[in-house]
Amino acid sequence: MVQYTRTGFDASFAALSDATRRGVLEQLGRADASITHLAEKFHMTPTGMKKHVGVLEQAGLVTTEKVGRVRTCKLGLHRLGEEAAWIERYRQRWDARFDELDKVVEDLKRKEKVDGRNKRE
Amino acid sequence: MDATRESEPTPMKNRTTAERQSERELVVTRTINGPARIVFEAWTKPELFKQWWVPKSFGLSLLSFDADVRVGGRYRLVFSHKGSEPMAFYGRYLEVTPHSRLVWTNEEGDDGGAVTTVTFEEQGGKTMLVLHELYPSKEALDGAIASGSTDGMGETLEQLDELVVTLGASVGRS
Repeated sequence: MVQYTRTGFDASFAALSDATRRGVLEQLGRADASITHLAEKFHMTPTGMKKHVGVLEQAGLVTTEKVGRVRTCKLGLHRLGEEAAWIERYRQRWDARFDELDKVVEDLKRKEKVDGRNKRE
Repeated sequence: MDATRESEPTPMKNRTTAERQSERELVVTRTINGPARIVFEAWTKPELFKQWWVPKSFGLSLLSFDADVRVGGRYRLVFSHKGSEPMAFYGRYLEVTPHSRLVWTNEEGDDGGAVTTVTFEEQGGKTMLVLHELYPSKEALDGAIASGSTDGMGETLEQLDELVVTLGASVGRS
């Protein structure tokens, strides 16, 4: 069973760092597919594909269901992708703001230096 | 050509991180190249705060900012976005500890809003900022994210603006 933990986002980003796994998500975006089908599509062994799908599953990006002997994969919570994008925008906002704060702090440091020098003189 | 730059090194830009740390929490971190005393001042003196809280890229104007930066004191920040109706963000301070910690509420939302905590930790002349937003429920944070993803920066800015207001509050030294 997939466990959602505090590191869920790290897991998502790690999962998306691999080209094959991104390809698998794209593929599953079009249609659900079995491990065997995905393995053929990406020219690898079912065992190799199972590992990739396992990583995606851990990150909550894909869910799988075994019916008979076939394990079918489908996209997991779509929301995760949207949430990651939102967090990135949120991060960029703060980053822009803190860049400006840097400038203000540099100014204040400079002024303090000058004031200190004046006092000593 | 490059040699001339050596006398005035460009300060390194520090990395900003953001993550959803749990169902109800968002956490942002950033190191600022200055002592906590100065960073706290820039965060709590209105005239300084106004210089950085709303970067031009936000497309927002800060119309007014009032704050009584004391425990239980209130703040109110009014913005307009490209000539739209002014939006007010307000709440009150739960904790004010000079140079190390600010906690405030964000009360303009429909449901109980988030509580924001920012800590200033000085190390070797630099200050590590950790900004933490605690939502009243998983649904409240999910909702903020869901509405944010339909219209880009609107909701995100709202969250940030609330923070700004609080932070922009004067520490009472001016």
